[in-house]
Amino acid sequence: MLSAADLTAIWLTLKLATVVTLLLLLLGIPLAWWLTRTQSRWKSTVSAVIALPLVLPPTVLGFYLLVAMGPDGPLGRLMTALGLELLSFSFTGLVVASVIYSLPFVVQPVQNAMQAMGTRPLEVAASLGAGACDRFFTVVLPLSSPGILTAAILGFAHTVGEFGVVLMIGGNIPGATRVISVQIYDHVEALEYGHAHTLAGIMLLFSFAVLFALYTFNGRRRHAGLSVGGLP
Amino acid sequence: MLLTRLKQTLIAISATLMALPLYADEVMVAVASNFTAPMQEIAAAFAQKTGHKATLSFGSSGKFLAQIQNGAPFEVFLSADQAKPVKLEQAGTAVAGSRFTYAQGTLALWSASAGLDPQALLQSGDFNKVALANPKLAPYGAAAVQTLEKLGLAEKTRSHWVMGENISQTWQFASTGNAKIGFVALSQIMKNGAVTSGSAWLIPATYYQPIRQDAVLLKKGEGNAAAAALLEYLQSDEVNAVITRYGYSRG
Repeated sequence: MLSAADLTAIWLTLKLATVVTLLLLLLGIPLAWWLTRTQSRWKSTVSAVIALPLVLPPTVLGFYLLVAMGPDGPLGRLMTALGLELLSFSFTGLVVASVIYSLPFVVQPVQNAMQAMGTRPLEVAASLGAGACDRFFTVVLPLSSPGILTAAILGFAHTVGEFGVVLMIGGNIPGATRVISVQIYDHVEALEYGHAHTLAGIMLLFSFAVLFALYTFNGRRRHAGLSVGGLP
Repeated sequence: MLLTRLKQTLIAISATLMALPLYADEVMVAVASNFTAPMQEIAAAFAQKTGHKATLSFGSSGKFLAQIQNGAPFEVFLSADQAKPVKLEQAGTAVAGSRFTYAQGTLALWSASAGLDPQALLQSGDFNKVALANPKLAPYGAAAVQTLEKLGLAEKTRSHWVMGENISQTWQFASTGNAKIGFVALSQIMKNGAVTSGSAWLIPATYYQPIRQDAVLLKKGEGNAAAAALLEYLQSDEVNAVITRYGYSRG
């Protein structure tokens, strides 16, 4: 039932989602920690910018990215100055776009978990002589791990489900930018409804399984701080 | 006193309402994206001439076909190809015998940068990306692939292809400069008989199968005077003059 092109699309999507999730955790956990602790007047601004993809239509984000990544756009100029290829129509470009697009889905659950933890465990650790770095890795991270797991699952799933932005900046290249959602779209447009049904069914089962696992997991741990697409 | 003022207000309101154009009938039209610019002009002239209003939706023909088959409220379909209207006719979703070729498209290789020779650029291979519409979905994409094959460049350039889901998106890739060159519809870069910006190479008609674009009356539009009038108007000399200015022919 699955063609070679379908399998390529599935493999590419999993690769994209994995890379994006790892980058999102690297970027999202420190960001969430900063947002939890900071008294900065920039807090609201940063929070709002991170949450933008939740409310912006993917076409807006995709359009801005396409223009920004073009040879006359800021990202395009940067890449040219660095002697690199343009980001549009490349796997790297999709990674950049997906990180922006899925950032709130990672930052918010982690931030919720860190806030739920409170300052008490940190004070205790400090009184026992733990340094800032030590406290972060041995107290903060373990205590917010349920939120981090939720964030990883949501970031991964949201990247798998991405469509509008990829369509705008991807250029439909097999093995580089043609992800499952675009492949399904192509099947529908080409009236290959049989193929479309197979892939769409896989996506439906995958999404359900992920959310089911997430809710089951969160049902057991009440302080995981799950907010699917919601503000904290 | 109050009554007089009320009366005056009412008169003012009704005068405003009467100043708005009054349409006899309305027709819902699904238009292939490559025909966007000429169709907007045609619909305006059509409204002025007949008093009917054509409400236009633009998009890819494949999506329109799926939507029409699933009960979309369109009454007239201007496809980017011949195959889809034929299919609707056979399925009984379109009125048999109403189909005709409203325009024949011209393919162009275009760059948003002025003063270039797109043909030489394509031959030299000195470009980052070449944009084309997905050949599986769009007739302009299929024509682009035929052209590349004719030039013996299909395999050589394949790794540089970026595909738009329709011809509008393909133009967008080229116009933002993300792709140095792109195979677009002449209608997208032409106005009043001249290419408006960038540099273009009009692909010789012998390089690709003619892009015949058919119109068809859908079952939902049967009996709608505006739909019948629009289809008739599309075949007029007046419309012929408009589409020629946009780089189409009658075939």
